[in-house]
Amino acid sequence: MASLTRDLGIATAPPPRVARSRRRSFSGWRWVVMIIAGIYFLLPLYAALRFAGLSGFKDVFTTPGFGSSLWLSIRLAAVTWIVSMLLMIPTTVYVHLRMPGLRRLLEGVTILPIIIPPVVLIIGVLQVMPLALRASEWLLALEYVVLAMPFAYRALDASLRAIDVKTLTEAAGSLGSGWLSTLWRVILPNIRTGVISATILIVALVLGEFTMASLDLKQTFPVWIVLFDQENAQISVAASIFALFVTWVLLMLITVVATRQSRRTGGGEVTLFTAAPRQTIGN
Amino acid sequence: MTAKANETGTAAGVYAPRTAASGSLEGTPVSLRNLTRAFGATKALDGMSLDIAPGELVALLGPSGCGKTTALRIVAGFEFADSGEVLVNGKDVSEVPAAKRDMGMVFQSYSLFPNMNAMDNVGFGLRMRKTAAAKRRSKAGELLEMVGLSAQAGQYPHQLSGGQQQRVALARALAIEPHVLLLDEPLSALDAKVRLQLREQIRNLQQRLGTTTIFVTHDQEEALSMADRVGVMSKGKLEQVAEPSELYSRPATAFVAEFVGTMNRLPAQLAGPGTVIVLGISCAVMEGGPTEGPVDALVRPEGLTVAAAEGGNGIVTGRTFLGATTRVAVLLSGDTEVRVDVPSTAGAEMTPGTAVQVSLPPAPVLVAPREQ
Repeated sequence: MASLTRDLGIATAPPPRVARSRRRSFSGWRWVVMIIAGIYFLLPLYAALRFAGLSGFKDVFTTPGFGSSLWLSIRLAAVTWIVSMLLMIPTTVYVHLRMPGLRRLLEGVTILPIIIPPVVLIIGVLQVMPLALRASEWLLALEYVVLAMPFAYRALDASLRAIDVKTLTEAAGSLGSGWLSTLWRVILPNIRTGVISATILIVALVLGEFTMASLDLKQTFPVWIVLFDQENAQISVAASIFALFVTWVLLMLITVVATRQSRRTGGGEVTLFTAAPRQTIGN
Repeated sequence: MTAKANETGTAAGVYAPRTAASGSLEGTPVSLRNLTRAFGATKALDGMSLDIAPGELVALLGPSGCGKTTALRIVAGFEFADSGEVLVNGKDVSEVPAAKRDMGMVFQSYSLFPNMNAMDNVGFGLRMRKTAAAKRRSKAGELLEMVGLSAQAGQYPHQLSGGQQQRVALARALAIEPHVLLLDEPLSALDAKVRLQLREQIRNLQQRLGTTTIFVTHDQEEALSMADRVGVMSKGKLEQVAEPSELYSRPATAFVAEFVGTMNRLPAQLAGPGTVIVLGISCAVMEGGPTEGPVDALVRPEGLTVAAAEGGNGIVTGRTFLGATTRVAVLLSGDTEVRVDVPSTAGAEMTPGTAVQVSLPPAPVLVAPREQ
C-alpha cells in the first residue's frame, strides 16, 4: 500500500518531487561547503588558541615591544588613511565629474600595486629614497598609500557610481555652494559607504602588512610578531590572535554603525566592496 | 529694508520675495545676446538671442539636441558660451561662477541631497548664504508649506515620491529668492497625472512670486499651457518666440508649424504672387515661405472639412475619438494622408472605407518647400 501511494505520487506529480530533491541536495551541498570552509578557517584558530594557552594571553600585554609595535602600526594605519583619503577622494570625484572617459585608465593604473609584488616595490623605493626619508617611519605610510590605492579607488568608485555626482554638484553649485563645501556637505556624506569600505580595507591592510615593513627595517606589529616568535612562540601566537580579534571587532563596529547611518538616508547595507545602490522610488 | 519686509511677510504667514520687498512684483529682466556654443563639429547654439521680461515665464521648446538645455546651462553658469553674453538685470554675468549667480534651478533627474531631509534640502541655499539657523528654518518651513509638503519636512528624499521630490526641489530653488528660476525638464521623469498637477502648481507659484523663469521642455503641451511665451528652437537657433496662441495659429516657419500641434501637408501649386492652389481651390499665402518651386500647403486638422461623398477625393482609413471631436484619417488621391477634425457626432458615420470629399475653406495658408 505504501509503495502504491509512492508510485502514484511519482506518477501524478513528478516535477515537484524532482525539484524538491534537487533543492534538498543543493542545500545539503551548501552545508558541506560551509562545514569545510568553517574547518579550514576555524581549526587553525582553535589550534593557535590551544597552543597559546591562558598564560600566553596573560603575558602578551607586558611583553617588551608589544605596545610600541602595535602603536606604530596604528599610527601608520592612521597616516595611511588620511593621505589616501586626501588623495583619492578628490581624484575620484574629479574623474567622475569632469573626465569620466579616464575612469577605465585610472582603474588600470590603480591596479598596478596589486600586479607588482610588494618586494619589487619596496626595493625600488628604498633604492631611490633619500636617507632622511628612509630613516623615517612615515616612508612606510607613503608606501602603504600606494599599496592601498587599488582598494581605496574601487570602494570610492563604486559608491560614486551609485549617486548622480554631476547633478548633485550642480544643484549645490546653483545654491551657492563652493567646491570644498559641496565636497564636504554633499558628496562626502553620500559616498560614506565607500569611504568606510576604503577605511576598513586600509586599516586591515596596514595592520597585517609584513613584507614592506620588514624590508624597510621597521618594527610594526606583524614584524614584531615574527621576530618575537623565535623567543616565545606562545606569546607571539597570542599576540596575533589578539590582533585578529581587535581588527575583527573594529570592522564589525564600523560596518554596523555605517549600515545604520546609511539605512537612515535610504542607502543599503555597508559591505567591503559594494555600495548597495540607493532605493529608487517612482512616482 | 529687505529684512524688515521679510519679517512682516513671515508674521503674516506669507512668503515675501525680494521683489515684493522692493515695492513691486517685478522680477529680473534677462537677455541672451547672440549665444554660440559648439561641441566639436556640432553647433549646439548658433547665435541665439532672447529677451525675457521681468516676471515672465518663457518656455524653450524643441526636439532633443536643439540646444535648449545648453542655453539653460549657459544661463545657469554650468556651461560657457563660445561667444555672446547673458545679461541679468542689464549686467553681463558671463564671468560670474554658477554659485554666485543667484539662480534657482530644478533638474530633470532627482537632485535632492540624499543625506538631508526635506527641510535641510530647502534650507541648503540659505545655509550657504550664512543665514541664521532660526530664520533658515522658518523660511524653509514657509516654502515647504507653499509646495504643500509641510508634513514631509523631516523626511529624506528616498521616503518621498517623485512628484514630492520635485516639489521639494522647487522649494529649494525658490528659497534663495533667485533672480531667475531655471527649470530643466522638471516634469519629464514623472507620470502623467502628477505632471499635470505639478504643472499648475509651478505656474501658480511662479506668477505669485513674479520670478523670471526659463522652462526647458520637449513637451509642447507643457510649454503651451504654462508659458507666457514659447521659444521654439531648432538646430541651435530660435525659430520663433511668441505667445502660445500665436505660435499655434501663426507659425513663422514650417518647422514651428509642424513641431507645434498636428499639421497636414498638402501638395500645392504657386499661382502668382501670394496665391496658391490647394485641393483645387485658390488660397492666399501667409507671409514667409518660398515664392517658387514645388511647395506644400500646411493646414491644421481643424482647418479642413470633410463630408461623405460618393466619388469624393479621398477614402477614410481610420479615426481617433478625442472626446468632443473625432480625428479622421483620410487618404487622398495621390497618396497624401491627411487628418481632419470633425465633431464626434459627424465622425460616427466616417467608418474606414467611406468615400469622402476633403475641402479647404478659403483662408490664408502657410506654404513650405515640398518634402521629398
